[in-house]
Amino acid sequence: MTYKQEQLSEEKVFKDPVHRYVHVRDRVIWDLIATPEFQRLRRIKQLGTTNLTFHGAEHSRFNHSLGVYEIVRRIISVFEDRPHWNKEERLLCLCAALLHDLGHGPFSHSFEKVFKLDHEIFTQKIITGDTEINRVLEKVEKGFSQKVADVIAKTYQDKLVVSLISSQIDADRMDYLIRDAYFTGVSYGHFDMERIMRVMRPMEDQVVIKSTGMHAVEDYIMSRYQMYWQVYFHPVTRSAEVILSKILHRAKDLFEADDFTFKLEPTHFLSFFRGDVRLEEYLKLDESIVYYYFQAWQDEDDVILKDLCERFMNRRLFKYVEFNPNLQMKDWMELYTLFQQADINPEYYLVVDSSSDLPYDFYRPGEEEERLPIHLLMPDRSLKELSRHSDIVEAISGKKRTDHKLYFPKDRIEALTDQSLKKKIITILYGQGEVEDVR
Amino acid sequence: MLDNHAKIIQFFSVAKEVTGRKKLQKMIYILQKCNIPFEEKYNFHFYGPYSEELTLRIEELCNLGFLHEVKEEKSNYYQYNYTLTSDGEEFLNQFHLDMPDYTEKVNLLREKSSRFLELVSTMLYFDHLPLEDIIEKVHTVKPKQKYTKEEMEEAVRFINEVKQ
Repeated sequence: MTYKQEQLSEEKVFKDPVHRYVHVRDRVIWDLIATPEFQRLRRIKQLGTTNLTFHGAEHSRFNHSLGVYEIVRRIISVFEDRPHWNKEERLLCLCAALLHDLGHGPFSHSFEKVFKLDHEIFTQKIITGDTEINRVLEKVEKGFSQKVADVIAKTYQDKLVVSLISSQIDADRMDYLIRDAYFTGVSYGHFDMERIMRVMRPMEDQVVIKSTGMHAVEDYIMSRYQMYWQVYFHPVTRSAEVILSKILHRAKDLFEADDFTFKLEPTHFLSFFRGDVRLEEYLKLDESIVYYYFQAWQDEDDVILKDLCERFMNRRLFKYVEFNPNLQMKDWMELYTLFQQADINPEYYLVVDSSSDLPYDFYRPGEEEERLPIHLLMPDRSLKELSRHSDIVEAISGKKRTDHKLYFPKDRIEALTDQSLKKKIITILYGQGEVEDVR
Repeated sequence: MLDNHAKIIQFFSVAKEVTGRKKLQKMIYILQKCNIPFEEKYNFHFYGPYSEELTLRIEELCNLGFLHEVKEEKSNYYQYNYTLTSDGEEFLNQFHLDMPDYTEKVNLLREKSSRFLELVSTMLYFDHLPLEDIIEKVHTVKPKQKYTKEEMEEAVRFINEVKQ
């Protein structure tokens, strides 16, 4: 028996709160899970700063990766005897599902923005580079690691395989929506995944949904919409994210300044500051390391870095008001000047955050050939885009909802001793409506 | 603040009008590959490089009244056309953006079809590979488009021209 076909002597299971059990029989999958690069995902939270809003959201990229693997494993068992499905692609699909998020770092969205990185490039590097993961994959067959990398990069020839891992209704989204709902404890976000799996049909180069299963998909679309606004774009989570980004910016600015020396050499961050991050260095930086520095930077001499780190660690977050960049541009410019007069550096303490700054979205059918929508397989075998058939989906996807918020440290403004300056700032901020309290 | 939004508004002040979201997506991607500092993150999708971030940003700019969107019903799909509004122009005037002049590139891109720009952007997505591998990759990821040898050659010529 080849390594590719090798099965464990008995099935292994991981207890999972979302799928009950994650089943592993393939030796390759078992070996991949045991690699240091995959184990590293235990030390990276799936939802970054969301645990500061929903305290249960402590689940990791490791949990999610196993979940996506399990969903794909179940979908494949449904697809096994259906036309268009190539059984030979089974192991490739399972490996790609398991490894699709391998390149995520700690708080990866903020790190990517500040240091101009792309976790997907690191996923590719981990899979094809000098790693344990690569050695396991190459044992399957020469060139197998590149195939896995291509599926994850969505450039693999068999689009059906790609669409299982990445499309408008894929194993990745299905797992994170249900898992994130479970761990945040919110009551929305649930949908009948078993039913969706039963109505999925492989068709040439995409997975389509049998039209009788439309209502289960409507639920999934609703879940995605609600999770987007209630969890992913929660203003308190965004506040923590804003502070986190500003910490990274400040640390980088200080590193580049001629007149500042860190008391504690930021060894793990040096390559990030220099903009030349090698794979080995990238893999060493996990959340525990980041938290260590944020703790230590509270003892540095720079008041801004100290303050931002203290806020992040002790959850002393910024407050916010709704902000319309079209109508309130002058307000913003005035606030910028007033903050400078108040000695509150607006580059770090007056921040506009927009919905497009998020790595999540809700379903929109889009334009033809813009991106592939969800297709229903009608009784006459024709395909129909979901929102053309479902009033609920049409209502949600046609809705124009975007959002901008202005974040600031309310405590610093309240502590101002110059009453006239304080009044001017408060009038502009409060003039836009009630200042929301961060709970 | 909102620098990336301002960059997109500035693009529209150069391009004047863009017909179709797909064309817009490919235009911004090709400009990125010409080192014009747009920061929207792109991934490879079914129809080539695509940025969800750009889609959201365009929606935001429309909602803010900086861009005007016209939805046009075609035979079995919708097409979206975009132009800059006077509010958008005014917003841009308040910004100091340090962008190179890319008017010529935009003029070149505007003349091309979205099918051709899909080919160009797909080739640019694989530009770390040798040319033969790029061509092979295009056939692998886009078998349905059936790009001809002549189109490929034209795309290579176009890339050299637009990157100058």
